[in-house]
Amino acid sequence: MAKITFITRDNETIILEGTSGSVMQLAVDNGVPGIDGDCGGVCSCATCHVHVDVGHHLKTGEATEIETDMLELNDYANERSRLCCQIQISDAIDGIVLQVAESD
Amino acid sequence: MKKSELPDPFETARTTKGYGEMDDQNDPVTMILGLKDVRKCAHNWKTFTSQSAPGRIVIPSEVNIRDTRQIPFEMDPPAHKAYRAIVEPWFKRPLEADYSVELSKQINTIVDEALAKNAVEIVEGFALKLQSRALTLLLNTPYEEAETWISWGTHVFRSEGNPLDGDKATILYDYIDKNITRAMENPNGDLYSMLLEATIDGQKLTREEIKGVVVLTFSGGRDTIINAVTNAIAYFGEHPESLARLKNEPEIVNNAVEELIRYFSPLTQMGRVVTEDTEVCEHAVKANSRISLCWASANRDERTFENPNEVVLDRKLNPHVGFGFGHHNCLGATHARQIMTILVKTLAEKVKSIDILDYKDNIEDLGEFKRKVGYDKLTVKFN
Ligand code: FES
Repeated sequence: MAKITFITRDNETIILEGTSGSVMQLAVDNGVPGIDGDCGGVCSCATCHVHVDVGHHLKTGEATEIETDMLELNDYANERSRLCCQIQISDAIDGIVLQVAESD
Repeated sequence: MKKSELPDPFETARTTKGYGEMDDQNDPVTMILGLKDVRKCAHNWKTFTSQSAPGRIVIPSEVNIRDTRQIPFEMDPPAHKAYRAIVEPWFKRPLEADYSVELSKQINTIVDEALAKNAVEIVEGFALKLQSRALTLLLNTPYEEAETWISWGTHVFRSEGNPLDGDKATILYDYIDKNITRAMENPNGDLYSMLLEATIDGQKLTREEIKGVVVLTFSGGRDTIINAVTNAIAYFGEHPESLARLKNEPEIVNNAVEELIRYFSPLTQMGRVVTEDTEVCEHAVKANSRISLCWASANRDERTFENPNEVVLDRKLNPHVGFGFGHHNCLGATHARQIMTILVKTLAEKVKSIDILDYKDNIEDLGEFKRKVGYDKLTVKFN
C-alpha cells in the first residue's frame, strides 16, 4: 500500500492510496484534475506529466529513454519531471508527493 | 504482400538522410521522416509555422479551394492557446459515460447490420456510416443529420479522380453557414451554439472563426477515421487470432488501439511553413518553403520502435505520433480513441472471423514515395 499526494495546478492537495497499477491510472480513476492519461499509459500523450517533489525523486526509479525523449520537448519539464503512467505503484513510492505539471 | 499490410515506403530515406522530397501543386515539401526530428519541428512553431495562408499546411495544399482559416489548427501560440481552450472541454466529452453508451449502441447496430449481410463494402457501407453517425455525438446534433453527411460521399474535399474538389467544399461551407444561422436563432446545445456563446477576453468569436472550427471538425475527422476503421477491419480479416486474443484479454484493448493507430497512421503527414532560412537533417530549407511532419514515417522509426513493421497488440511503450505531437495534437483524438476502443471490443465480442472478398488499395502518391494509407474499396463478410 502506498500513499500518494497530488498537488494540482490550483494548489489543491489530493491524497490517494493504491496497491498496484500505474500512478496515472490511480489519478484518472479518482479524477485528479490535470492528469488526463489520454493514451492510457503507453507513453505517447504526456497528459500525465508530474513533478516529483524534492526528496522523493529517487523513490520512483529511473525514467526510460523513451520517457525522457517525450519530456525533452515539453516546455514545462524540469529535472524532476516524470510521466506518471510510467511510475508503478508499490511500497517503494509510499509517501511520494507529486505536483501536476502545467500544460499548453 | 498481405492484403492488410501497410508497408513503410520511407525506411531507406529515413535511415540514410532523414528527409524526403515531394512536389505538391508547385509548392514543394521537404518531408521530415525521423521521430525525433518530427517532434522537434512540431515543437518549434517559431521556425515552422501553422499560421500561413489558409490551407497551405495541408498536403495536398488547399490554398486554391478555401479561404477560411481552420481553428485552432492553423494558428500559432500564443493566440492558439485561447482558441484551443475554448474547444478542448467540448472535445473531451467522449469521456463522459452517456457519450460512450450512445457510441456503443451505434457501433453495435452497425456491426449487427454487417453480420446479417453476405457482403459489406466497408469504406462506404460501414466506415463512412460509422464515422458520420458518431460525428452527430461529437457535434451534439440530431442523429438524422448523419444521412446528409453520408450522402456527401467519403471525402469532404476529394472525390474520385479529383483530389481537390471545390464543389464539395462549397456544399460543406453552405451547410455550415446555414447551421450557424439556425443556431443563432435557436441555440440548442450543439457545437455551433457553444461556439456562438464562447468568448475570448470578453469578445465573441466571429462567424468566420466559428466556421473555421466547424470545418476543422468535419474535415479532420473524416478520412482519418474512415481509414482507421477500414484498416482495422482488413487487419482483423487477416488476423482472426487477434480477435480471439482481444476477446480473452480485454485488458490489452487500450494497447491494441494505440498500436493500430501507430501502424495505420491514418494521417500520413501535416505541413508547416518555414519562417526563416534554416536546416533540417543537415539539409537547407528556405524561408517560405514548406516542410512536412511525416507521422507515418516517424511511427516506423526503428530507433524507437522494436519490430516497427509489425502490429504488436500489447506493445507497452508506444510513443507514437499518430495523433500528432505538441500543442497541435489531434483535437478529435479522444473521440477517435473512443470509436476505435468500442469498435475493437465489439468486433472481438461478436465477430469470429472476417473474410476479405475484394479490395482496392488507396495509395498516396508522394513524390519519391508511394504510401498505402487505406482502401478505396474493401468488401468483406463478417462471420
Ligand atoms: S498517459 Fe499518455 S503518456 Fe502517460
